[in-house]
Amino acid sequence: MRIFDPHIHMTSRTTDDYQRMAEAGVRAVVEPAFWLGQPRTNPGSFTDYFDSLIGWEPFRAAQFGIRHHATIALNPKEANDPRCRPVLDLLPRYLAKDGVVAVGEIGYDSMTPAEDEVFTAQLALAIDHDLPALIHTPHRDKARGTARSLDVVKESGIAPGRVLLDHLNEVTVEAARDAGVWLGFSIYPDTKMSPERMVAILHRYGPERVLVNSAADWGRSDPLLTLRTAQAMLAGGFDADAVDLVFWRNPVEFYGQSKRLDLSALPETDATFAGNSILRGGS
Amino acid sequence: MSTLDSLRRELGDRIAGDLDRVAANPEAAATLFPAAGRRYGREPLVGDWTTDEAARAVLLSVLPPEHIHEIYRYGDTAEKLAVLKALPLLPIGDSAVPLLEDALRTNDTRLVAAALGGYADHLEPQAWRQAVLKCVFMGVPLACVHRLAERADPELGAMLRAFADERRAAGRDMPPDALALLEQLKEA
Repeated sequence: MRIFDPHIHMTSRTTDDYQRMAEAGVRAVVEPAFWLGQPRTNPGSFTDYFDSLIGWEPFRAAQFGIRHHATIALNPKEANDPRCRPVLDLLPRYLAKDGVVAVGEIGYDSMTPAEDEVFTAQLALAIDHDLPALIHTPHRDKARGTARSLDVVKESGIAPGRVLLDHLNEVTVEAARDAGVWLGFSIYPDTKMSPERMVAILHRYGPERVLVNSAADWGRSDPLLTLRTAQAMLAGGFDADAVDLVFWRNPVEFYGQSKRLDLSALPETDATFAGNSILRGGS
Repeated sequence: MSTLDSLRRELGDRIAGDLDRVAANPEAAATLFPAAGRRYGREPLVGDWTTDEAARAVLLSVLPPEHIHEIYRYGDTAEKLAVLKALPLLPIGDSAVPLLEDALRTNDTRLVAAALGGYADHLEPQAWRQAVLKCVFMGVPLACVHRLAERADPELGAMLRAFADERRAAGRDMPPDALALLEQLKEA
């Protein structure tokens, strides 16, 4: 089984996770820029983070034979801090990078006027840079946040086929489906979605345009819930082709719209010098 | 004919217009430089230069030198590697040594190796010895080190011997190329 985790925050994970993911069949990941738990207070803090998403993190992933790409954006929560707003001016530099396959995560956290502005500005950046957009739906007031996000998408002029609306659930999936965007689901140990609920949604709506991710980060989360959900799909009566559609071909098609996705095989990781540094503890 | 001239000639028309743009407006490099692989290609071009590396070298050659630091600062790994490879070709004296120091602070084996190319002639001996030892520590082959045999001195030999002692105490091997270097220093 080959797995593409289309939303995971590897910066917050250990090399043990990379090892376990590789063993579970994860061959590619996309890491969206997001908040880090501790709020940032200046643009430089973001640029060092973005540098890591296009530099150190792909290097780390490569040690385990995993292709790593990123999405770059000013996230909705920190968009509310005026000290972070100048990050918007720095984004074009990063949106020009080979490893950046979408603008994201953008969208709403608390649905403030500042979030409105930054969301709209970044959808315009996605259009300017010919990139798809990854949109986070809020944890609180989710149904209204989802409806409002879809309104903003419509107004922006970006094609719905170039939008992935993420963290959907039973309550929000239909509105997203009707709007023609790609449907993202995050599987969490306690919150968001569980493997069993995900399989029920797949039975009801089909696997087309559905992406399933672990959204693993610094909170309670598990990078192997992609595999668990794939196994639950098989146990629930889906065939291997449907699993491959959800866990590989759909994310490849969505992010492939950037024309920057590189899924070529990485060199063997246990013999070449490029594979040695982390495995040998070179710090 | 310099290497830069020959790279430029090999690239031909595909980059000529962009070079004029960057010469007229250095800010244009902020988007052209990262896009080099997508724009000009990544296939081998001439010698040990791929097309994107060569394109990046000639783009740097038409930029005012003070912009090189910013290109490096915002570069992804492939961009940084291309800058490090181009440095010995550019008329910039030792002004880009801070870029080597930046690369040598990283834990990315590719950047550390690239920092020890031709431009490392500008590194002070102390920094250069530390960099060579870091290569041994990280498992980077010493073949990447420019003028290694000439520059290796007794002080580097002492550092390598101490490291070999630690490895022996831990029951771990030294890389063969590091042992060969130690032999060479013993004979000198």
